[in-house]
Amino acid sequence: MAEIAHGGTAAPAIRPPVIEIGVLGWMRKNLFGSVPSTLLTIVAAYMIVITVPGIIDWAFLRAVWVSDTSAACKAPGAGACWAFIADKHRLIFFGTYPYAEQWRPLIATAILLAMIVGSCDRRLWNRWLLAWWAGGLVVCSVLMWGGVLRLTYVSNLDWGGLPLTLVLSVVGCVFAFPLGMVLALGRRSHMPIIRWLSVGYIELIRGVPLITVLITASVIFPLFLPAGVNIDKLLRAQVGIILFEAAYIAEIVRGGLQAVPRGQHEAADSLGLSYFNKQRMIVLPQALRMVIPPLVGNFIGLFKSTTLVIVIGLFDLLNSAKAALTDLNWRGFSIELYIFTAAIYFIFCYSMSKYSQALERDLNKGTRR
Amino acid sequence: MAVQYGGRPAGGTHWRLSWNDRNVRSIVYQIAALAAVVAGVWYFVDNTLENLRRLGLASGFGFMDREAAFPIGESLIDYTPADTYARALLVGVINTLYVSAIGIILATVLGTVIGIARLSRNWLIAKLASVYVEMTRNTPLLLQLFFWYMIFLELLPPARQALQPVPDVFLSNRGVRFPVPAAADGWSLMGAGVVIGVVGAMILSSWSRRRQAATGQQFPVVWAGLAAIVGCGVVGWLLGGAPTALDRPALRGFNFSGGVEVSPEFVALLLGLVIYTAAFVAEIVRGGILAISQGQTEAASALGLKRGMILRLVILPQALRVIIPPITSQYLNLTKNSSLAVAIGFPDLVHLANTAINQTGQAIEGIAIIMAVYLTISLSISLFMNWYNRRVALVER
Repeated sequence: MAEIAHGGTAAPAIRPPVIEIGVLGWMRKNLFGSVPSTLLTIVAAYMIVITVPGIIDWAFLRAVWVSDTSAACKAPGAGACWAFIADKHRLIFFGTYPYAEQWRPLIATAILLAMIVGSCDRRLWNRWLLAWWAGGLVVCSVLMWGGVLRLTYVSNLDWGGLPLTLVLSVVGCVFAFPLGMVLALGRRSHMPIIRWLSVGYIELIRGVPLITVLITASVIFPLFLPAGVNIDKLLRAQVGIILFEAAYIAEIVRGGLQAVPRGQHEAADSLGLSYFNKQRMIVLPQALRMVIPPLVGNFIGLFKSTTLVIVIGLFDLLNSAKAALTDLNWRGFSIELYIFTAAIYFIFCYSMSKYSQALERDLNKGTRR
Repeated sequence: MAVQYGGRPAGGTHWRLSWNDRNVRSIVYQIAALAAVVAGVWYFVDNTLENLRRLGLASGFGFMDREAAFPIGESLIDYTPADTYARALLVGVINTLYVSAIGIILATVLGTVIGIARLSRNWLIAKLASVYVEMTRNTPLLLQLFFWYMIFLELLPPARQALQPVPDVFLSNRGVRFPVPAAADGWSLMGAGVVIGVVGAMILSSWSRRRQAATGQQFPVVWAGLAAIVGCGVVGWLLGGAPTALDRPALRGFNFSGGVEVSPEFVALLLGLVIYTAAFVAEIVRGGILAISQGQTEAASALGLKRGMILRLVILPQALRVIIPPITSQYLNLTKNSSLAVAIGFPDLVHLANTAINQTGQAIEGIAIIMAVYLTISLSISLFMNWYNRRVALVER
């Protein structure tokens, strides 16, 4: 414009054609850009039109929200039976935990969740966080087990539902992390025997499915122990999960260790730091910082994998939900139940994965070009 | 004389045993670690032997020759309950490999389509693809398996009122039944023709590559190869008398006869594995394509290459390098996840080995077999994908 304006009068500004701007322009560009694109849009829109209204009608408009019996849900024309979920929500969330004491796992779950959410804030990443976690886990165990402070004792075989899922994944991660770090350092060690032992362990575990590790934990661990020593099913599953998870965390941490430039090692050596101090003060802080996003991703995987404890008969969130299906008064509402359970898992995993993406962007700020 | 980093004088004739010597320390550490592991293993083995003796359990793989005495719902090889445990476990291994192999192929196809759809310029398609990815990635696979299985068992009608989405394909709570070509010589000849065509196409492609390298002349190798495969197949089919008869399923009383039936367990497992893994594959494919810089496309179009050729000659070869290592671990995951079959009752290796363990009490042997088989499968897939990765990898000087 400026060049034209040089000579004489400025040309009047012409508005772009109406088809290029606004909603129309956006649609033209993003929905009807070419012939194949237009065809795809029409097919997709048609599929949405024939499915989505029916789903909304079923899930909301015709749904039965409150009812004490399944009669209202079985009436012709009734949609989704959310009354079933409402009736069974305590079984789904807390499994076989004694009914009158279920406020305890509720508070424990709240504490665990608060700690997880709190740990997401990077301003709180300091040594106090570790103390908070230790304290929080102690409070949670007191609440869950009881036996002190005039709380009745609840065997951990009665634990179930969402608290069990959280305990299995959080404790699994907390204990697998140091083990995985040691294995990762072992795999990068200069000592051949230590390296072979680490590689052997990591590859053995990563080569087999979690189910085999859980079955091993439930069937073979008792044989490993001397006669008379007995550890219960939950603890065995937890140990199995920790041992399994450690191998995966080791590989992630190894990725971070490999990304630390060689110069950092050499600089630490030239300062005369011992191996332990070199790793603690120079290498690990840099390596771990790089692997936080994949570690979060790994935690999401672990959270989903805890559902496998169903195979050895523990009542995690999914299995407690399935237990609700066995009620003869409420037969035939599996879809509602699975949708509800899936929604709970989805909320957890989706928010964690969004957090991990945001964190990745944030942590890369310094190094991104 | 320069002192080596380890602290030991280089070339010295004597060296003292000192804690300050790095090599001495490292040997001590290694011996200690090995001793700890050996002691731990020895302790566990000792306890186990003691426990086995106390419980009166025999050990060893002798049970493999005994009669299994349990039926298996579906098997690709002949099996009756009178067969041995060894054969029952072999059925399990074959079922695991079968469902994994089909799952890997379908998940790759579906995942690639979804991954490209997420990059589509069409807003609606891209959004639908990302809804799919987020929904399947963020819910447990086991829950999805239960969901698909439940749809078969509870929502589909019994065989007599089977749904027919396509003529001759029946959906019921007994599974899916579909027509297959009736056995005839023509089909095996057609198969042989296709194999000959594939070999011919491979020879053709290597010849055309050599010729292009030598003379610069191009040859429409994709079309010629396809023509060779299809042509040889058709010729084989015609030589065999051009059979057209289909073995159609038909309702007889309460059940079907004819056609091929796949069980609800198999379909649910396959659906679950494919839909779940495809979401991860889609993300990998999308990442691989995004990793190729825009400049590559622009440079290729500046050279005058057409869109299809840019994708085939410039984008894909580079994207594959980024895609293959993570996709290998997804294939491994799919294979390992096929063990979730045990939760919905598909007779895979873990399921059958678990049954064998419950019947014989030979837990250690049973689990050793499962682990050995999975390790072998994992190792084979890794080796194959590593070989393929080396083939497509950038040759660096």
